Amino acid sequence: MTEPTRPIIQIQNVSKRFGKVTAVDNVSLDINAGEFFVLLGPSGCGKTTLLRMIAGFELPTEGRILIDGQDMAGIPPNKRPVNMVFQSYAVFPHMSVADNVAYGLKIAGVKGGEVKDRVAEALDLVKLGGFESRMPDQMSGGQRQRVALARSLVMRPKVLLLDEPLSALDAKLRAQMQFELSELQEKVGITFVTVTHDQDEALSMACRIAVINKGDVAQLAAPSDLYEYPANRFVADFVGSVNIFEGKLTLDEPDKAAVDCPGLGKVYLNHGVTGPHGADVWVALRPEKIYLHVPGAGKAVTAAAQDAPDGHNFARGRIKGMSYLGDITLFEIELETGARIRVSRPNLSRHDQEDFTWDDKVSMHWRADSPVVLLG
Amino acid sequence: MAEQDWKTNKGVFAAVSLPTLVWIFLFFLVPMAIVWLYSFGQNKGLTDIEISGTLENYKRATEWLYLTIFGKSFAVAALVTLICLIIGFPVAMAITFASEKWRPWLLLGIMLPFWTNLLIRTYALMMLLGTQGFANKGLGALWEGTSWLKTLVGLQPLPTWEPVQLLFNNFAVVFGLVYVHLPFMVLPLYAALDRLDRSLIEASLDLGAGHFRTIMRIVVPLAAPGIVAGVMITLIPALGAYLTPDLMGGTDSQMIANVIERQFKKANDWPFGAALSFLLIYAMFALIAIQSMRKKVAEAS
Repeated sequence: MTEPTRPIIQIQNVSKRFGKVTAVDNVSLDINAGEFFVLLGPSGCGKTTLLRMIAGFELPTEGRILIDGQDMAGIPPNKRPVNMVFQSYAVFPHMSVADNVAYGLKIAGVKGGEVKDRVAEALDLVKLGGFESRMPDQMSGGQRQRVALARSLVMRPKVLLLDEPLSALDAKLRAQMQFELSELQEKVGITFVTVTHDQDEALSMACRIAVINKGDVAQLAAPSDLYEYPANRFVADFVGSVNIFEGKLTLDEPDKAAVDCPGLGKVYLNHGVTGPHGADVWVALRPEKIYLHVPGAGKAVTAAAQDAPDGHNFARGRIKGMSYLGDITLFEIELETGARIRVSRPNLSRHDQEDFTWDDKVSMHWRADSPVVLLG
Repeated sequence: MAEQDWKTNKGVFAAVSLPTLVWIFLFFLVPMAIVWLYSFGQNKGLTDIEISGTLENYKRATEWLYLTIFGKSFAVAALVTLICLIIGFPVAMAITFASEKWRPWLLLGIMLPFWTNLLIRTYALMMLLGTQGFANKGLGALWEGTSWLKTLVGLQPLPTWEPVQLLFNNFAVVFGLVYVHLPFMVLPLYAALDRLDRSLIEASLDLGAGHFRTIMRIVVPLAAPGIVAGVMITLIPALGAYLTPDLMGGTDSQMIANVIERQFKKANDWPFGAALSFLLIYAMFALIAIQSMRKKVAEAS
């Protein structure tokens, strides 16, 4: 994005209620032109409802939605400058691939020759050149999705909406499509708004992610910020894997902070958290940011002492569970306090997984910039 | 595995299907065969029929007089089917898109007429359409009211109300047959529309199509199997309709089933009635054959 960011979609105080159920609760957010925006959340959080309100299939109970500065109130789906790729793809089964892609163009009154050119161009874009005369039931799920993509992209919408675009694909194809979608989005320069419940999908494709929980935006941030600086327990827990411990804030200065967690021990941070002293807070610690040691060597204590005061950022425990995942090994460790913690360890060499086993006593340390203190 | 055992185990399969097969054989195929044989016979005396292998009955059945009645029956049945389709399609769509709460009640409303005997429903309809029926009384009241209003503002009153002849004519037959057959059309249409993936409709709207175009280009083509089923299931019984034209029709509105009935009863000419019956059955077979051939061609292409 070289041009200055300009909001293409403005969602202003939008709520949607179905009877007594509030699906979307006073959401405001801007989606910038040309970005790959992801609405991420568990099923039933209201993210699809939000997408469908942008498309015009649902009407907001309150608030308004602007697309390219124009209020969408009273504008039906067929008059909106957005197109949608449906979760089921919704490829018309009684039409050939070419007829599917040409459907919207013909309605828009595009002339025959141009229709043919644009259909061919769109099919090339999604790598389906030569499939014009195929019928949808002769295609795989992945290919049907490409038809759905081409059918929407051919309309040159201002915004392309994608509802769980990869959920019906198998794992390998999904990983490939993640890259292809990002590539496609860069190539056509159209704003993509995707709904997903899959955090990997969101992290790998998005410019920015809005995490939705119970109809509300829990956090809106770039993928790495979302992962490294979650704003609350929900986001920390939903995006990636995390250990969360309750504690009390004992020290809070601009350049350092400390939390006393009954479950984990004393946690030291090399930055301030701006929370009230003595407040109940939560410490979030990612499994991959914890270093595992054989106890007794004193390495963990020494390592922790390097950037934290003595007795901080250090714990001992016993391995209660292990799962070897190939690239990493995941450990479930029972701490001396009785609490459990998950630690992941990369298998940097072929024999790393043999270092630890069940019931081994271990010690751990983490760096002072690793824990995240959450106030809510 | 249990399901497979059931299918592969011929003994079980035979035990389960035998009663049905026996039933169909004894009470459907055998009587049909007897009637079929009669159609090649001739009357001997008042009650005896000699099956002589004559084609005389078929020759008579294809005389111009009977062909016109066949033709008229087809025309009436086709018109009834068309009207049922035109009324039934929006009704089926309305039920499909009604809220979860309403749908069972609407479906019940469609099926409710089946709970009442056809004869009673037909008489009820006759009460409605008769010269002293509700329809005429309602129209009459409207007429009188208009007339009274005209005199009120000082205009000439309308001439005296003459009841409209709504019964005992072709209109009544078509009206009655539509009334009777509409549920047969609505139910298969509803079944087809209910299976339709809603996102296809949304996709069409999303791509810029209006509601009418979406219905014509997406909903109707995808509901085609339901439409064909509805047409067949309406057309065939309408073609053989007997009670409605008998009770509601005039002297010129008899359909082929009424002619057949007369051969078996008043005319006491069973062989000729049998021949007419089988001509009708052949016609229906032809309809079904054309339909299944069309289906095969469509599947092959």
